[in-house]
Amino acid sequence: MSTVRNVELASAEIPTGFAAFRCNLRRWRVPLSILALCLLPWVLPSQALAVNVLIYGLVAVGYNLLFGYTGLLSFGHAAFFGAGAYTTGIAIGAFGANWFVAMIAGVAVAGLLSVVMGILAIRTRGIYFSMVTLALSQLVYYTALQASSWTGGENGLRGFTVSTLTFPGFSINFLDPLVKYYAIMVVVALALWFVSRVLNSPFGAVIEAIRENETRARACGYNVERTKLLSFVLSGLLCGLAGTLSAMHLSIVPLDSLHYHTSGLIVMMTLLGGAGSFFGPFVGALAFLSMEDVFSLWTSNWQLIVGVIFILFVLYLPKGIWGTLISWRANR
Amino acid sequence: MTNPIMSVTDVGKRFGGLVALSGITADFREGQITAIIGPNGAGKSTFFNILSGALRPSSGTLRFRGQDMAGVPQHDYVHRGIARSYQITNIFPNLTVLENVRVAAQAFRSRMNIWTDRTDYKDLEDKASAVLESVGLGARRQTLAKYLAHGQQRALEIAISLVADPALLLLDEPTAGMGPEETREMVALIEVLASNRTILLVEHKMKMILGLSDRVLVLHHGQLLADGTPQEIQANSEVRRVYLGQNDGYA
Repeated sequence: MSTVRNVELASAEIPTGFAAFRCNLRRWRVPLSILALCLLPWVLPSQALAVNVLIYGLVAVGYNLLFGYTGLLSFGHAAFFGAGAYTTGIAIGAFGANWFVAMIAGVAVAGLLSVVMGILAIRTRGIYFSMVTLALSQLVYYTALQASSWTGGENGLRGFTVSTLTFPGFSINFLDPLVKYYAIMVVVALALWFVSRVLNSPFGAVIEAIRENETRARACGYNVERTKLLSFVLSGLLCGLAGTLSAMHLSIVPLDSLHYHTSGLIVMMTLLGGAGSFFGPFVGALAFLSMEDVFSLWTSNWQLIVGVIFILFVLYLPKGIWGTLISWRANR
Repeated sequence: MTNPIMSVTDVGKRFGGLVALSGITADFREGQITAIIGPNGAGKSTFFNILSGALRPSSGTLRFRGQDMAGVPQHDYVHRGIARSYQITNIFPNLTVLENVRVAAQAFRSRMNIWTDRTDYKDLEDKASAVLESVGLGARRQTLAKYLAHGQQRALEIAISLVADPALLLLDEPTAGMGPEETREMVALIEVLASNRTILLVEHKMKMILGLSDRVLVLHHGQLLADGTPQEIQANSEVRRVYLGQNDGYA
């Protein structure tokens, strides 16, 4: 027995195939992602589409931290996206806040909201968790609808614009589409780096363990509830950040950004690209928004086509576009 | 005689109207291997879940090294020195074998710091590798756990519990679904493990239990029917009637 073990050991030290590929990809994922985002406005038909991919890509990446890596299916992430957007809009429009202060406020409010929603939702599991997040986010939606003196009700929030981003010593023209894209991209790149850090850290190992086997993770000595809450809040903060970027980009906040339809979009993009892969959600956002861009030229029922494609993906490529590519590349 | 590492006093558990356990009192001495046996539905799993903190007893007290365990959350049990394995293989299927054990070892380290890499804890990786080596999985470190054979998954199951270096190790049917060869290897492993820790195990394979354990508890209808050395248990006519007699081949 022991000689057999020793022979096997000799070959065990060299990580081969899957492991080696995963290792290399992990090291280069942030620079490669940023490179891809740099090229985006030159490949896509319009700059508006490129900015949308950035913003929704960030939402999906934030959502993926919770769904793909921690294994919690939330149907309420529109609340954080919307909370970030509304707070930024109100801070600029009603209080004349500086863009940076408005962004911080947006992220902070989204974070606070995710703490409250997280504490309530994490007490439940599985489908009940999804339903509680859905119900709570609809509560936020109706609150925004009713508080129309602050939020503009169903017309959405208007009357604020960010035309320049002022820094100490210089300023950036936020009206130039290309400049705007790269300004937003810098924020998204920082967020991507942050997510990569989280995933590489010991905390990343714990959330993966919880996704894989919650019971066992608890028996291993992890406070599962606290870890889930932290993951929920991190993901809420990232979605809130995307919301603030969306508000500054569009200069309006549509009421729809809080609607459960938006939460559904986030889930779809994440699944389409590949839940549980680092860059997958971005690919999902890109694929979804490109399909919308192309198919809506042909027919106003474009969602029908996207729906069919989505179902085909769920049935035949459950790892999503990026997830499938990665495992295909790794197995070659 | 050494001090009891775990004392169970008058422990009972009811689920609604169903009484799963009642009036269990037992001391577990340091360094012993104790087997818990009993027919299906005797309350073995419930008892095990109470010992590992997964269930709270409805009545009675549980003391580990003299400390009352009431109100201690389950995730703290392993930090105090009690680890368990599961009857149904309970691993992290989509993580590598090494990561399965490494993440279990990491529970004893600060983990909220996002500025370090999980791979920076070289000592944890070494510890995990050493444990995997000891259960015979040294060569499978980079394999995804779901691709292991059943016997190897059982070994991984034990490795995950073992890396916590528990003073009290609870093994829930460690040889479930194993063939004779794998069972023999597992018994050898348990004997090695018992050299420096207390082991409690639930098992069905009578021959294995009688050879391996220092002491046997027999549960029947949620009550402690007998408690003694394997020889005493074998000689106990009551036990023979409810349990051993059903299967003369094993006894």
